[in-house]
Amino acid sequence: MAADAFLTWLRREGRIVIVGASLAGLRAAETLRDEGFEGSLTMIGDEPYEPYDRPPLSKSVLLGKASPAHTELPRRRPVDAKWRLGVAATGLDMAAKRVLLADGDEVEYDRLLIATGVRARPWPRQAEAELDGVFVLRTRDDAAGLQRRLMASPRRVFVIGAGFTGSEIASACRARDLPVTVAERADAPLVGALGGVVGAVAAELHRENGVDLRTGVMVTGLEGDSVGRVRAAHLSDGSTVETDVVVVSLGATRNTEWLAGSGLGAGPRGIACDAGCRAFDFRGIVTDDVFVAGDVARSPHPLFGYQFLSLEHWGNAVTQAEVAAHNMISSSTDRRPHMWVPAFWSSQFGVNIKSVGVPSMGEEILITQGSLAERRFTGAYGYQGRVIGAVTFDNSRWLQFYQGLIETAAPFPPAFLTVDRRPEGRQPVPADFPDPSLPTHGPTVTLSGYSPADRRLVFKPAHP
Amino acid sequence: MTQAPLLRQITDYANRADPYPLYAELRKTPVLQEEDGGPFVISTYWDIQSLLHDPRISSDASNLTAQRDELTEQEEETALPPSFLRLDPPEHDRLRRMTNRPFGPPHSPRRVHDMRGELAGIVSGLIAGFGDTDRIDVVDQFSYPFPVTVICRLLGVPREDEARFHSWADTIAAGLDPVPGDDPTERNRVTHEARMQLGMYLAGLVEERRKTPGDDMLSELATSHGPDGPMTTMEVLSTAALLLIAGHETTVNLITNGMLTLLRHPEVLQRLRDDPRLAVNIVEELLRYEPPVQLVPQRTCIADIEVRGVTIPKGSSIWLVLAAGNRDPERFKDPERFDPDRQDIQHLGFGSGIHSCFGAPLARLEAQLALTELARRLDNPRLVEDPPPYRQNAVLRGPRHLNITFDGLRPQ
Repeated sequence: MAADAFLTWLRREGRIVIVGASLAGLRAAETLRDEGFEGSLTMIGDEPYEPYDRPPLSKSVLLGKASPAHTELPRRRPVDAKWRLGVAATGLDMAAKRVLLADGDEVEYDRLLIATGVRARPWPRQAEAELDGVFVLRTRDDAAGLQRRLMASPRRVFVIGAGFTGSEIASACRARDLPVTVAERADAPLVGALGGVVGAVAAELHRENGVDLRTGVMVTGLEGDSVGRVRAAHLSDGSTVETDVVVVSLGATRNTEWLAGSGLGAGPRGIACDAGCRAFDFRGIVTDDVFVAGDVARSPHPLFGYQFLSLEHWGNAVTQAEVAAHNMISSSTDRRPHMWVPAFWSSQFGVNIKSVGVPSMGEEILITQGSLAERRFTGAYGYQGRVIGAVTFDNSRWLQFYQGLIETAAPFPPAFLTVDRRPEGRQPVPADFPDPSLPTHGPTVTLSGYSPADRRLVFKPAHP
Repeated sequence: MTQAPLLRQITDYANRADPYPLYAELRKTPVLQEEDGGPFVISTYWDIQSLLHDPRISSDASNLTAQRDELTEQEEETALPPSFLRLDPPEHDRLRRMTNRPFGPPHSPRRVHDMRGELAGIVSGLIAGFGDTDRIDVVDQFSYPFPVTVICRLLGVPREDEARFHSWADTIAAGLDPVPGDDPTERNRVTHEARMQLGMYLAGLVEERRKTPGDDMLSELATSHGPDGPMTTMEVLSTAALLLIAGHETTVNLITNGMLTLLRHPEVLQRLRDDPRLAVNIVEELLRYEPPVQLVPQRTCIADIEVRGVTIPKGSSIWLVLAAGNRDPERFKDPERFDPDRQDIQHLGFGSGIHSCFGAPLARLEAQLALTELARRLDNPRLVEDPPPYRQNAVLRGPRHLNITFDGLRPQ
């Protein structure tokens, strides 16, 4: 069949399967229909729920202002899909173009979109992780369980990890006037994503809001009582914290295990794909019919040295899904690249935090506007003489300008004056990111390549 | 014969009724400086949008007035300090934040919403006041008194004093109008005098509200102690003056421009009468199509900046022609068409960035209620003259009168 005849057929009566029924999956499905796909559409999701929104789960839901059962994503249009919810995909047979399901069923596709996202990284010791009162926070069920426990006025909440999610949980606890302890192995909260300079501001925020923040410590163990309820956490500095709720907030793991052995270029850092969201196989050859989008995808970005970036960002999931969906049913010359500039936001302790670009690539930071001491500022991150990222605390209306600097690879430090420049904004200082070879939780951006600590890679040509 | 400079044509009253062809001409040179030392005029959507978010652009009155003569500087010392509209961060942020506490979210999320019933009552009252007639001036009898009454209630300024502060407000608003060739020293003196008079008037009110606070913004501004501490009396006065004048001089044009546009598009007026829900989109489209604030002439750059390959040197004055950006064909499809069904409608009518219109939620609600109710009550309204006579002001552009006839009032 000629290529355009195939496309015409695909658009009219082809079978598209989307694995992952969350934000990226839903937006992709809507885009497919928007762009005139009339064939059959199957949505596979391991949770029993229709697609829902996650950002409220660590914010308004924990504050008791929203119900975890009512964060469904608004529908832009009917998608007329066959929904296979509550059943996980367990395998992929690329040669036969089939997705294998946990219930033994198989679903055939002409085009496949993988949007399986990430899941919370669990507490590594299973027996401790299973204690009553130990939570992670990623899904609607997680949020419902944690919210119920917070409503019951626990004596103390213990949060492991002070990334964005951990900090938001601590913030919600303080807003509910619950005693909370946060343990972080780095020297400050948010260092993985924003570095030590900004992390120091975040640490002040925690402490001024009454969080018992312990930095530079690791949790060595969780202790339960005789009936299996968590009662204490032990720290590497020898101290013990009595607690009845523990939230493990150690970042995310990409949902790629189900692809093991499939031949797809999938691993712990995500599924590698080209700028048009087409997945690579394990030999580095781009596939024709398998696409990826959202948190699980890793794609090269020209603004960031063509590094393969994997982004746990809401906006990225939406735009990448739209690009993937468009490309799935378009001829090669009509395909679009996914060139989204990473952008991220958080809300904690009444402060609105936003970032653009990839701050964690930054070597230096310059406070271009406002002041760290007032906790209302803009920081620009520099990498090899150019602006690579920016962050704002309660100053987001300027962010668009900094995005422009990143997009045009503007020189760092910026040579010009800005309004609200303070003395501390005269000289860049080291941004103070932790050694990248050390694992940190949730930087929300995973940079390219294998971890420097990774020694597992063995080169074994399949056909010698 | 040489053509007059574009800017002079735009500010020329003769072109007030339809400046849009001139704006289209402007957009052909997106960064235009017609005379040495004159302003750099920016007229396309994306350029304006990005400059409104550019931290190298200052709104600070002192940056703008650096070249004023000494006499003016002496006057400034005794004058009302600049409002947050004419300040940069951090002062701008602090004052705007403090002003927002009694006005909007997060501290007063329901303030505007809760005024809905009261606003509807004011609208009905004004329409009842048309009496048994088939001819009104929409401006004098409706679109001026409505927002004035609202801003008076909101601030806690006695409506009866309107005659007193009206002329000061008018003078201050006229001071915004950049008329080339006019004697700036005399204009500054007159504006300065009016600001001082208005300030003294408001000082009396603030004094009263401090003694007996009410449920109005003036009382809250004068007595509140948020995390930023209290406002100084002078800050309360300049903030109140800003809100009073902005409440006066902008919404009147939004409503009048709106009614004029609807009368020019009777099929849309009929649709609004049949379905009041259309008001939301109509008002957004109006803010794009006929924005009450046509241009922002009060910005200057504090560093050399490059726009479309043109370097604007540090210290230059920059005019952002919002109304030209709103009809930029690079941004909007079929931009010269008034389309109440337009969905992609992110206009510049309220500006953008840190100075984006503070009163936007109130202005939107006022215009929606006003236009819906006029559409519903007036039976077969027609324009008496088209175009109507316009106000002098090129910045705050709108008809001075809008005489219309109709066959009668429909029952309430």
